[in-house]
Amino acid sequence: MSLNKEQVKEIAQLAKLSISDSEIEQSTIELNNILSLMAELGEIETDHVEPMSHPLDMSQRLREDVVSEADLSEEFQEIAPKTGKRHFLVPTVIE
Amino acid sequence: MAWETVIGLEIHSQLNTKSKIFSGASTEYGAEPNTQACAVDLGLPGVLPVLNKEAVNMALRFGLAVNAKINQRSIFARKNYFYPDLPKGYQISQFEIPIVGKGAIGISTKEGGAKMVGITRAHLEEDAGKSIHDLYEDYSAIDLNRAGTPLLEIVSEPDMRSAREAVAYAKKIHALVQYIGICDGNMQEGSFRCDANVSIRKKDTEELGTRTELKNINSFKFLEKAINIEIERQQDILEDGDTVVQETRLYDAEKDETRSMRTKEEANDYRYFPDPDLLPVDIENELLTEIKNSLPELPTEKKNRFVSEFGLSDYDAENLTAQKPLADYYEAMLNDGAEAKVSANWVMGELSAALNKNQIDVQDSPISAKELSELVKRIGDDTISGKIAKDVFKAMWEGNGRVDDIIQNQGLKQMTDVGAIEGIIDGIIANNSEQVEQFKAGNTKLLGYFVGQVMKVTQGKANPKQVNQILNDKLS
Repeated sequence: MSLNKEQVKEIAQLAKLSISDSEIEQSTIELNNILSLMAELGEIETDHVEPMSHPLDMSQRLREDVVSEADLSEEFQEIAPKTGKRHFLVPTVIE
Repeated sequence: MAWETVIGLEIHSQLNTKSKIFSGASTEYGAEPNTQACAVDLGLPGVLPVLNKEAVNMALRFGLAVNAKINQRSIFARKNYFYPDLPKGYQISQFEIPIVGKGAIGISTKEGGAKMVGITRAHLEEDAGKSIHDLYEDYSAIDLNRAGTPLLEIVSEPDMRSAREAVAYAKKIHALVQYIGICDGNMQEGSFRCDANVSIRKKDTEELGTRTELKNINSFKFLEKAINIEIERQQDILEDGDTVVQETRLYDAEKDETRSMRTKEEANDYRYFPDPDLLPVDIENELLTEIKNSLPELPTEKKNRFVSEFGLSDYDAENLTAQKPLADYYEAMLNDGAEAKVSANWVMGELSAALNKNQIDVQDSPISAKELSELVKRIGDDTISGKIAKDVFKAMWEGNGRVDDIIQNQGLKQMTDVGAIEGIIDGIIANNSEQVEQFKAGNTKLLGYFVGQVMKVTQGKANPKQVNQILNDKLS
């Protein structure tokens, strides 16, 4: 499997990365190198191997349903670029 | 051309845990903006999600209640997209292996039959925050209190064939999540949200048509309207020879139309992958057994028991068991000795009407189950007629005391003195010779007129059965 420039552009867009045309060129080559390396894994026989979702062979620890967090909203608002009436403000999303 | 509608629903049910799914922040509704959004909910660097045990238990309760396959090892995944009310840039959800697999639930169809609707899956995920667009001219305001609230997304198979069936299914799920105590079902506050996938195809074909997804539906009434409007829209398009575009459409209740969301974004590509911050969730057999044993009687079981135990019709039993508090109220009346069918009529009739009119939940009814059962018993032992009982009900509703006191104080007790009733009837017959002649000439419909006259004189207190009998005797 290999990617063309259009696909790389689309991936960049999905990841909200702004990449110049020359960078696209370079990224396409590099990504395809990585993909061909990954392709080697496809040659390994895995029919009887259970898919792994996490490198640690453990189960998720669960927490009790207890409210333990204090209201730190003032501190959090201080580090935000813009706030108003306790809201975080961002550039208009919908016209 | 004959078309067939195909509908599947995605229901987001907010689980009523005290704290969030991955953090210890409160989930209480209505707090000041951002006061319940902690570092985890805000996606600040260095935080780790830790899964809420109760959210898992609630998902299992649902799975077991719809006889679903439970995946005893499920995994969380990141669903990646950018939106300001999703601070991390991804939503933690489940993709490949959801906690609840295939199940099913029964609904009643228009024809009075039953139909099973398949449940594809139900998975745990976190809710996003809220974006408010009309507060500022140049900004969108973000409240992240809701971010991280646990959701169970319940996905149905495309098994429904009409808006009506979709509503029946949604109502069934709505009742169920409340029965098993995992969601408060409040649609106005967004605790229970329905998205509908709607497509149409030519009748008797197999292949599914292109579907649209309807969002922004916050009541069952709107769910039905939105689907019907969308079906019409798609029919018009196809009959004009055009094609339906796969897209998300918002329902606008004010204009009663669906319209396309701006689709500047590319086709959805969420690039799911397992969340490295969370390990697989393992469910022990013991926990499943424990939860299974703790489930209450479910709506369908209750309905069937109401039919077999109390001799109610399917229709009555369905209505009475649609909400657990209503079913509990009804059963409390019967436990108190009230007759089943008459009680059912009162609960679904006068009581429900009064509750609806005043927007009161049955739990907060000013007339308790015990009091209403007293009333029903007074009808049963002929102390008052059903008609007078309605006046007594009104007086009880207004807080004028208990049944027997109201009957006593307002002199509403039914007349049982046959001699007195006969006397009144004799008088009426004497004063209405014209009608008596007509009646004797065969106009038997006039019996109602005479009954009315007796009731007028006795202010409704005569026993209708007695009146009918005496009138018939005297007029024949």
